[in-house]
Amino acid sequence: MHSFDLSMEHITKIEGNASLKLKVEDGKVTDIKFATDEYKRFFTEAMKGKDLVAIPQHLARICGTCSNSHIMCSIEASENALDIKPTEQTKLLRTLVMNGLMIRDHALHLYLFSMPDIFNKDAFLDFDESDPYQHQLLHDGFEVKSAGNFLATLIAGRSVHATYPVIGGFLKFPDEAGIAEAIQKLQNVRSGVLRLIEVFKNAPFHFDRKTKYIALVPENSFGYIQGVIGASDGQKIEEKDFRDHLEKTVIPYSQAVGYTYEGEGYMVGALARINLAKDKLHPKTKESASEVLNLFPSTDIFYNNLAQAIETLHCVDESIDILSNNKFTPEPLIKAEAKSGAVGIGVIEAPRGTLYHKIIIGEDGKVSGGEVIVPTGQNQINIERDVAVLVQNLLDQSNSAEAQLDKDKIVFEIEKLIRAYDPCMSCAAHFLKVEWL
Amino acid sequence: MEEFKKIKIGWFSYSCCEDNTVVMTEVLNNHWQEWKKIFDFRHVRVLKKNNIFDEFDIAFIEGAVASEKQEAEIKDIRSRSKKLVTVGSCAVIGIPAGNRNNFTEEQHANIDFLVMKFGAFPKVKRVSEVVKVDVEIPGCPMSPENFLEKVNLLVAEFKQHA
Repeated sequence: MHSFDLSMEHITKIEGNASLKLKVEDGKVTDIKFATDEYKRFFTEAMKGKDLVAIPQHLARICGTCSNSHIMCSIEASENALDIKPTEQTKLLRTLVMNGLMIRDHALHLYLFSMPDIFNKDAFLDFDESDPYQHQLLHDGFEVKSAGNFLATLIAGRSVHATYPVIGGFLKFPDEAGIAEAIQKLQNVRSGVLRLIEVFKNAPFHFDRKTKYIALVPENSFGYIQGVIGASDGQKIEEKDFRDHLEKTVIPYSQAVGYTYEGEGYMVGALARINLAKDKLHPKTKESASEVLNLFPSTDIFYNNLAQAIETLHCVDESIDILSNNKFTPEPLIKAEAKSGAVGIGVIEAPRGTLYHKIIIGEDGKVSGGEVIVPTGQNQINIERDVAVLVQNLLDQSNSAEAQLDKDKIVFEIEKLIRAYDPCMSCAAHFLKVEWL
Repeated sequence: MEEFKKIKIGWFSYSCCEDNTVVMTEVLNNHWQEWKKIFDFRHVRVLKKNNIFDEFDIAFIEGAVASEKQEAEIKDIRSRSKKLVTVGSCAVIGIPAGNRNNFTEEQHANIDFLVMKFGAFPKVKRVSEVVKVDVEIPGCPMSPENFLEKVNLLVAEFKQHA
């Protein structure tokens, strides 16, 4: 029977620094610790004393990868605190900001992080350009990423730490030439996104995992900003009540904090969103991906990748639709004074799952406190448990076959599974106040 | 004519949001074919699994220095690198990763037990406080144009001395 300690100091091709420690005694996994090694940067403590107007840009610095979703969530929380209702044009522009982020971020994860595992390559750049299929995927990858980056830059000013979206509206508006170019780029990558869906539909990796799924479920069309928090057990939770349903769980060895829902681990992210709201996807997406959508709802964690690919298609289709059928004209910002004691909550779907921001206004009109709950913190408990099950399964197979255990294979299988969750460790290590004892 | 030897690249992230890593991967969209020919991505965890930590022509450091462990690693990287380039505000000026350097006493009371628990420095440092830096690319995040300009200058320098 196998006994060993496994220590993975740096898990590669994920966002941020994560480590994993595993103990196996007599063929059984007896201990596992999945942790972030990012040092806390105390962003929620640093909110205190700031003007509300500074908070979206401040909280964006929690994470470069997800920065625009932190901006959008923080703007929503701020506007709820100020009782500002955004205009219809602002809502459309925000949808485009999120779509640009999703295309760029999902493409980074799917092509550069996860796809090399399928093709048994060390890196996406190692794909064989003399092989027509791999050559095509290489070009697809950078073109899809580039289209998302262009859309985000056109609408939001930058694809990282966006400068145009602010509390009450936008500082700048897309021009006709930019809109035409964005439509062209998005149309050009659509066939590549369909190939992307095929790659992850046919990927040979599977890990079945029964769990609850939580996501913001829109009332009408699929999206990332509006809606009610829905769970796979059928429960609907208003955004303002979110804290009554999530319990904070201290993970003493990690600089991040985990969460449970109704006492159990749960999953957020693209898989949860497609499981709960696939019927609301853009009509063109539903038409083109009808066969693959029959695979959902799914309990296969690796289908989180497939769900991201489907979402990428939705964001391409919806963005072409919005850009082609709307005129954007300059609008003044909606302004309001921060009132003492006001509390604003923002809930949106970031690429990796549900993101919560809470902002409290103090007596002096400045921010007196807040809270941020990130997707990876919510997935962390499931990730850890799933890795333990995965390794135990590999050990059982190895023991029964009396085969030599290949530690490199275990490490590879662990990394693949963790990548399927697409964790963001920069987000996970932002400050959350913890009572340790 | 002797074949151009690829420039060995290291990319390392410390205390930060990794926004510069994202910008670098976006710059890659338009430059990957050219970069594949001239760069040996020797240690770039965001791009590959099998990273080699031996020596670098150019080491890029992103993020501030938050602990003795990080300081020791950065000194080690410096000793292996011909050029060391800091990218982004956290590496260049230590902020915003070093938010807590400017906290009030009350704020410190709320966080210091966590700073101690995980062995972080009492004050976060910028990279130039711990090693010699050859090129600084500021910004939060760095601008893609400035990054490309500095990278191209370094490539020209290495090609000249090849």
